[in-house]
Amino acid sequence: MSAETAIAPNKKTSRNPISLLTENTLAGLRRRRALIGYLFLAPTIVGIIVFTAGPILVSFGLSFFKWDVFSPPSFLGTAHYSRLIADPRVLLGFRNTFLLVVLAITMQIAVGLGLALAIQQRMPTWMRYYFRTAFFLPFLMSGAATGIVIGYMLHKEFGPVNYYLTLIGLPQVPWLNSPNLVLITVAIAFVWQNMGFTLILFIGGLNNISKEVLEAADVDGARGWNRFWHVILPMVSPTLLFAAVTGVIGGLQIFDHPYVMTRGGPGDASRTAVMVMYESAFKNMEIGYGSAIAVFLFVIILLVTAGQFSLSKRWVFYQ
Amino acid sequence: MQTSTTYVRGSAPHKRSWTAYVRYRALNIIGLTLLALASVIVLAPFVWTFATSLRLPTESFTLPPQWLPTNPDWTNYNRVFEEIDFLRMILNSAIVAGAVVLGQLITASLAGYAFARLEFPGREVLFWLIMATMMIPLQATIIPVFVLISRMGLNDTLASLILPSLPTAFGTFLMRQYFMGVPKDFEEAALIDGSGQLGIFGRIYLPLVAPGLAVLAVLTFNGHWNEFFRPLIFLLSRDNFTIPLGLNVLKGYMMTGSVSIVLAGVAMSLVPVVAVYFIGQRYLIEGIMMGGVKG
Repeated sequence: MSAETAIAPNKKTSRNPISLLTENTLAGLRRRRALIGYLFLAPTIVGIIVFTAGPILVSFGLSFFKWDVFSPPSFLGTAHYSRLIADPRVLLGFRNTFLLVVLAITMQIAVGLGLALAIQQRMPTWMRYYFRTAFFLPFLMSGAATGIVIGYMLHKEFGPVNYYLTLIGLPQVPWLNSPNLVLITVAIAFVWQNMGFTLILFIGGLNNISKEVLEAADVDGARGWNRFWHVILPMVSPTLLFAAVTGVIGGLQIFDHPYVMTRGGPGDASRTAVMVMYESAFKNMEIGYGSAIAVFLFVIILLVTAGQFSLSKRWVFYQ
Repeated sequence: MQTSTTYVRGSAPHKRSWTAYVRYRALNIIGLTLLALASVIVLAPFVWTFATSLRLPTESFTLPPQWLPTNPDWTNYNRVFEEIDFLRMILNSAIVAGAVVLGQLITASLAGYAFARLEFPGREVLFWLIMATMMIPLQATIIPVFVLISRMGLNDTLASLILPSLPTAFGTFLMRQYFMGVPKDFEEAALIDGSGQLGIFGRIYLPLVAPGLAVLAVLTFNGHWNEFFRPLIFLLSRDNFTIPLGLNVLKGYMMTGSVSIVLAGVAMSLVPVVAVYFIGQRYLIEGIMMGGVKG
């Protein structure tokens, strides 16, 4: 800022813009660096305007129109939004998505933190490396492949999981066939795939706790549960917030797993918000209505994230 | 469970009694056993996928499940290529993932460097605007992007997946963090040596942020190799399908009788991502940890 005002007088006196850039002074150097800065940013800024920032505004605009791509769009006002909040499919989609997110993200954080704590134990380096790799490996599988594999493994009659359950005398569990269980099943597939990432986040958070704090807690006699609850947990709370926020944002967009595992079934029991949006826009060619659902999802993501951050002031502790 | 030990963070209890030591050791062994058990459960789907991909298609769902391929039958792997044009799909996925990785490395390192090391009016505002776009989910922009892609005549092409993915707010943020970690002395030394601005970026800074480039490359490759939602919408003809779409089609073809063929496809789809992970894993793990601590 101050650099700008400092070079402003020179601007009037110079004859052409090229000499402004090439002049062999500190001001010239500063101008050259600024120009390079804008040039370096250009691909990213233009790209984000064209493919992200612009489209979100267009989505918002389209949601006020009725459009099937073939005939010209016609203005509807907010009709799509009043239709949306009374559409049982949309409401069910959002309900299922919320349930999935609560289930999956809770599991993911609990298991991720639990495993991260366990990996902090004393053990040989190769063992730590093995555990870290083993738990991260599912993250490399696609959501589609995860859905296929976990879906097969939980197959009611032929899946290995039910085989072992019946071996120990339990009944076959209708993992994918029961409307009451299917969300849990999808959540299991989602958590299996994504837990490794959360785990690595927590290992980083735990490693970051200062030795002095832990030693002080030790001297004060903090043990076991107290040590976890009053020392470890507050110290990893920023990581916990990060894992919760990114997990919820990702979870609200869940599509691949339920699409591959159940296509939203049985009935509509595992149909998610994004699936409903996809079907409206790309199957029924209701571009405007699909856009309204997309905008609604975006607003919900913003609100939930803002809510998490404002609640975080009560429980997140920064060193 | 562990009410009175330092089990939680594993330093051996020095200066404590012998009984405390024994208890610590016992809990350590129990903890490691539980971890080992957990790792077996997490890895089981991989082992089952591979073992089942080597069973005869007609026996693929025969119980009890097989965990060790005692009588391996590799024909399922050939069958994948016969049932669908899997070779083409591998190529398509490689083109998309490869081009996006290369493109993002370029755009993100340029933008990250500009934000970290160059000074120009509006830098902070532009940075926060770009960061704000990270909040916009892909699903909220997919409809206009699809319309735009169609207008550009790119619908049902691999370019429709590549072009919109070249700019990256996340990558820009990541690379900025790495560039900020490079001491300024390097730049001053280079200036004195008479390097130009581009030379400083290309020859001094870029090699120093190689770990950041590795993190971005691995995450981007993983994300786009495995991508499902956009290909499902953008690609129409089988010739342009990527691997996840192909697996979905294959799963639809095969009834429960020939699961082993689908699983052979899944196993093959994993090879490149696992290879890329092992090449970049050291930097990747550090990079993710850094994000969790600073984020």
